[in-house]
Parts: sequence; structure tokens; C-alpha cells
Amino acid sequence: MPILQVEGLSHSYGERHVLRSLSLAIAAGESVALLGANGSGKSTLLRLVAGLLTPTAGRVVLVGSAAAAGRPEVGIVFQESRLLPWRTVLRNVTLPLELSGESLPSARTIAETALKRVGAGGLLDRSPAEISGGERGRVALARALVRQPSLLLLDEPFAALDAITRARLDDELPELVAGAATLLVTHDVAEALLVADRVLMLGADGAIHLEVPGLRSLPAAERRAALLSPDGAARQTRLYAALDSVSHA
Amino acid sequence: MRRLSQLTPVAVAALLLAAWEFGVRAAAVPQFILPAPSVIAVRFAEAWADGTMLRHLVPTVTEVTVGGLLGGALGLLIGVTLGLSGSARRVVSPYLVAAQSTPILALGPVLVLWLGPGLTAKVAVCALITLFPVAISTLVAVRDVDAGTLELMRSLGATRWQSLRYARLPAARSGILAGARVAATLAVVGAIVGEWLGGTAGLGVLLNLARGSLFDTPLLFADLLQIAIVGVSAYGLVLFAERVLSKKIA
Repeated sequence: MPILQVEGLSHSYGERHVLRSLSLAIAAGESVALLGANGSGKSTLLRLVAGLLTPTAGRVVLVGSAAAAGRPEVGIVFQESRLLPWRTVLRNVTLPLELSGESLPSARTIAETALKRVGAGGLLDRSPAEISGGERGRVALARALVRQPSLLLLDEPFAALDAITRARLDDELPELVAGAATLLVTHDVAEALLVADRVLMLGADGAIHLEVPGLRSLPAAERRAALLSPDGAARQTRLYAALDSVSHA
Repeated sequence: MRRLSQLTPVAVAALLLAAWEFGVRAAAVPQFILPAPSVIAVRFAEAWADGTMLRHLVPTVTEVTVGGLLGGALGLLIGVTLGLSGSARRVVSPYLVAAQSTPILALGPVLVLWLGPGLTAKVAVCALITLFPVAISTLVAVRDVDAGTLELMRSLGATRWQSLRYARLPAARSGILAGARVAATLAVVGAIVGEWLGGTAGLGVLLNLARGSLFDTPLLFADLLQIAIVGVSAYGLVLFAERVLSKKIA
């Protein structure tokens, strides 16, 4: 049974339709990347899955029941890190646990483990204002993972980072999510191929136009090389062509 | 350089006082018009020594503290309620703006008529004058919390109360405290004006006594100095609370 099942999903903002009869399924542990033109509804899809928006039509089934905001099975990383500036790094990561009623000492222990896992174990008592953009991205990821979600929603999480930091996080992401299924929204074709098992292209009409296999199943050390191999280059070319086509549709 | 910038306000004050002292003496200004700073200082010390100042200070500090805390708490409650509820805001905001446009001090005589010339009327004036800046700054700060932060709280399953406690109030803290800083100084104004309307003790009463029956201008100025000290202390307490809160939240 898929962990996420999206059936005939449509959404409109007033007269503007952004998604039309979209269907999608993600299996446990699978990683899917969603590419598409601006305004095609990629971020809207994530918000519908997270239960932050109510669909105009269709339904979202998450681990057997309807999507709703705040379900602990879902973690979300937004475009901006959205760390609370009045809390330390550690207390930002304990927040989801505190909201779930976890005691603070226990939440601290779990959050420390999550921060160590994403390579931010040295930042515990720092303020979000004192750390770099890449570090903020890691902390936001730790916050999304701290309740051990079955599905991780990533809304262009590294878009604001410099190229080197972004490349490093793209290389590490498949291992960092530690078994959670992921749905990544991105504009970056290479990023999509590196972190996903499947890359989907969302058209301006709000439906999926193309599906290309990603490189996530390869060992981490081989993914970059595979991206530049003839096969990898061919996949990128197909996706760029499709992206160009949907952007000008 | 930093030390110099810290010294500058003190140096300016010393220079102004010296100019005042010298100017008053050189021009032989009568003491009942403008006493020299040295004369005011002596009178200030005398008023403390003979218990006059303390007798009038205690009621004023009581009015400022009780009225300020009461008005601040009510302002916070009203501000949070209106900041959270759009419909309550639409209904109540016009009245809040109208009430703020009405000079609260003008309500003083009405409050004395209803509550008598005792402590209650003065506390009520202080409470009313502090309520509005706190209510309005809280309303704006709680309402205008970043939408992304609120969406994050929803995505984490926060209840309305948790969202208020963990996101809205900490994010609104500086806005709320800006209102409290204004309210702290207004509370002193409220107490003094309340005392002018009636009563037997308080720094406002002492002002009237010094100006009127006692015709003691140095005492009038010593009283003004004491009122300024109360105002600055109230402001300083809010700044202190702000510092403690920011450490606690971090």
C-alpha cells in the first residue's frame, strides 16, 4: 500500500486553477521529485498533502487516512528555513516534540540526535541568526525529521543557498532522510535526479506530463558521476526539454 | 571612544546645570520664579529629610504601580483577543480608536465623581491611560506575526493556544514592550493629573501645595525632579523586564 495516494486532485485560487485531476502515489521509503514551471502548483500540492490547504476536488490519503494539518507522520521543510529567531537551534528542533506533549528533557535528547544526524550537532546553543544559510537548512531538516515522519515534504529547501552548499546537501539528502519517503519540489533538474527515485514534470495545466527515473538508488559516491554519464545527460536533456515546453505552454 | 560617548550625556547635563546656576545668579532671577539648581538640590534633600517627599511619593508610586499593572494587563488581554480574532477586531477596533482619541485625562473629573477622590479614581485614571498604548501595540504585534511562522506552527499541529504561546507572543514581544514603554511614562502622567483632581497626598498634590498655599518654588522644582525620577524608574523597570524576558525566551 502506498504511503501517499493522491487521487484526482484539483485546486483553484478563486478563478485560477493550479492543479487539475492530479493523481500520484508514493511508496514507503520512495523519493519523488516534482519539477514544473512557476505557478504550475508544485508548492500547492505540498500544502494539500500537508493538510495546510483543502482541495477543490479529489482527495489525499496519507498512511490510510485523509490528509490533515499537523500529522506527525508528515515532516515539511519550507523554502525558507522558518527557524524561530528567539529560540536556540536545539529548541527549534525540540519544538515539534514539545507541541506533541513530549517532556523537555526527552525532547532535547531526541533533538540532539536529529541534529547530529544532519551534521549540525555542534550548533545546539547557537541562535539562528548566528549560523549560515546551509546550517539553517540542516537545522530545518532536523526539525522536520525529529518526529520520525513516514513522509517528508521538501519545498525547494535549498533554493536560497550558494551552489557549493546546495550541491553538498543534495549529495547528502538521500542518506539524511533515513528511510522516510520524500516528495521534493524543485526547479533544479540535476537536484531532482540526484535525490529522487522518480522525477515528475508538472505542466502548466496542473497535470503530470513526464516521468523520468532518478539516480537515488545508486551509492552516494556514484550519483554525481552518473549524472554526467551519457545516460544521465540524456535524462537531463529530456527533463530540460519538458521543462522548456511546459514553461512556454 | 565608547567611554567618551557614555560620558557625553553626563557632561552635557553638567554643562546645562552649570549654565543654569550661573545664569540665575548672574541675572539675579528671583527664587520664586526660577531657583538655582543648588537651591533645588538643598530643598530636595530637606524634603526627604523631613519626610515630606516620602509621604507624597508613596501614594503616587502605588497609583502608578497598581494602575499601570492593571491597565497593562487589561491592555494585553484586549490586544491579544483582538489580534487573534478578526471579527472581534472589526467590531471593537472603531471604539478602541475612538476611545484613544478621547483625552483620557478629561475623564478624570467623571472618574472622581463616580469613584470618589481616593486611591481608586487615581488608579482608574492610570489604568485607562496605560491600557490603550498596550492594547493597540499588542493588537498590531499579535495580528502581524509572519504568515510563514504561523503556517509552520499549523504544519506542526499546534493548537491555537500553542501557536499563541510558542509563536505569536514571542514574535510580538518587542511590539508589546514598545507599548509598555510608552505606557510606563503615561502612568506617571495619569497619577499626577489624578491627584490634581482631588486628594490629600501624592506628588501631584505636593505640586499644588508648593505652587499655592506654601508658595515654595524650590519645593515645586524638587517635586518635579522627584516626578521625573519616578517616570525614569518606571521606564527603566520596563527595560529591565524586557531584558529578563529576552533571556528567558532565548
